[in-house]
Amino acid sequence: MTVTYNFAYLDEQTKRMIRRAILKAIAIPGYQVPFASREMPMPYGWGTGGVQVTAAILGPTDILKVIDQGSDDTTNAVSIRKFFGRTAGVRTTTRTADATVIQTRHRIPETPLRDNQVLVFQVPIPEPLRFLEPRETETRRMHALEEYGLVQVKLYEDIARHGHIATTYAYPVKVDGRYVMDPSPIPKFDNPKMSDCPALQLFGAGREKRIYAIPPHTRVASLDFDDHPFERWRHPGRCALCGADDSFLDEVITDDHGTRMFVCSDTDFCEARRAAGHGPDAPGATAPDPARGTEASHG
Amino acid sequence: MGALLAGFADPVLAAQATFRGVMDALARPGTIVPLIDTIAAPAPLSAAAAAAALTLLDGDTPVWLDAPLAAQADVAAWLRFHTGAPIVSSPADAAFAIVADPERLPPFESFAIGSLENPDCSATLILQVRSFDAGAPLAVAGPGIADRAILRAAPLPNDFPARLVANRAMFPRGVDLLLVTGTAVAALPRSVTLLGEA
Repeated sequence: MTVTYNFAYLDEQTKRMIRRAILKAIAIPGYQVPFASREMPMPYGWGTGGVQVTAAILGPTDILKVIDQGSDDTTNAVSIRKFFGRTAGVRTTTRTADATVIQTRHRIPETPLRDNQVLVFQVPIPEPLRFLEPRETETRRMHALEEYGLVQVKLYEDIARHGHIATTYAYPVKVDGRYVMDPSPIPKFDNPKMSDCPALQLFGAGREKRIYAIPPHTRVASLDFDDHPFERWRHPGRCALCGADDSFLDEVITDDHGTRMFVCSDTDFCEARRAAGHGPDAPGATAPDPARGTEASHG
Repeated sequence: MGALLAGFADPVLAAQATFRGVMDALARPGTIVPLIDTIAAPAPLSAAAAAAALTLLDGDTPVWLDAPLAAQADVAAWLRFHTGAPIVSSPADAAFAIVADPERLPPFESFAIGSLENPDCSATLILQVRSFDAGAPLAVAGPGIADRAILRAAPLPNDFPARLVANRAMFPRGVDLLLVTGTAVAALPRSVTLLGEA
């Protein structure tokens, strides 16, 4: 006997519930809409929120790309791609430019997104105030009153302790001047890509049962101070494989003696550059200065 | 009452396609998005409003019908059979409202507008308009709009621009509007700012 699932796994009533939450999330940019998250055939923390959002929007003509930390080839990305290949029969791709739906864990692709694409983020903790105020009743009230002083205090404490804002990922943003939002654990290098993005951005948190959204062409500002403006950060240097000096780099340890190399976190971006003939230019390209460096680009 | 008209021929894929149309419209306020899987429904329920209803309504979503729709028992029977949505007589109790005569649309405040803590607990109004070629051009800006968008639709209430301004002033509370002709949808969520009648 062959077991067949409904298209894209979820039953239709669940999809309607998620779809209604998505519509309210789009109408109230940055606000976390509660939804009745379902158990999925994968553990919490593996992208159950993103998978439910993807399942609710996916159609037979969509082309799906799934990345985990920028990579198409990690277990999480491969599993989710296979899951939808099997339950929805959709075409899948690793090429950012070819995809219509991109589900992501912790990165925004380097290739600029287009207006016919939807980016679906997997979110572990959707509430940017949660580590500052554990009570949901209180954080809900704080969002209602636009009372975000506590987040600024957290960033200020970073400066007091380290001399700079030491938050490097899940860096809080304000959406269209109203809601402070957790962008999910993307590196702050990716934060400026969220603002005025032509693609629709949807965020799904399965365990925490929240969906939120950034419509296309919406102002998204990273929180900062006048005298400590937001700064993008990437490992200084070039990718050891493609030589890119403007992409976000992953540090890869290559032996037991601490030898390491820096390569593009976005595997599709790196492969496309290598296919186009780019390679590591300078011999020193593989060993950038390990000291903390800052790209002079404010977003 | 005659025989009940059918729902979507392919309920799964038609609902998906209709949802993506509605989602695209809401994500890009003022943009007119064609709906492919429209469906013949009892008059005066329009084909696109019927498709949106089948896509979004179920037993969890009380729906309010305006006078012309409520006057036709076939409409309520069709909605009840295909969606299971409870039909309510008070606009304030509704998650969705379907309006065949937008000129006599009750004030937005008579619908659920949500609270500051839970602004999502608010109504979505599906307004059946005749066309997107008539009516005063409305220039809108806001999330989902690169610069500005111009939308024309008729018929709408005379004080529609003032209502849009008031709806935005309540943000994050407010109602979200889906304007549908027989074959297309355009949206004006609460996040839009009216720049003026262009």
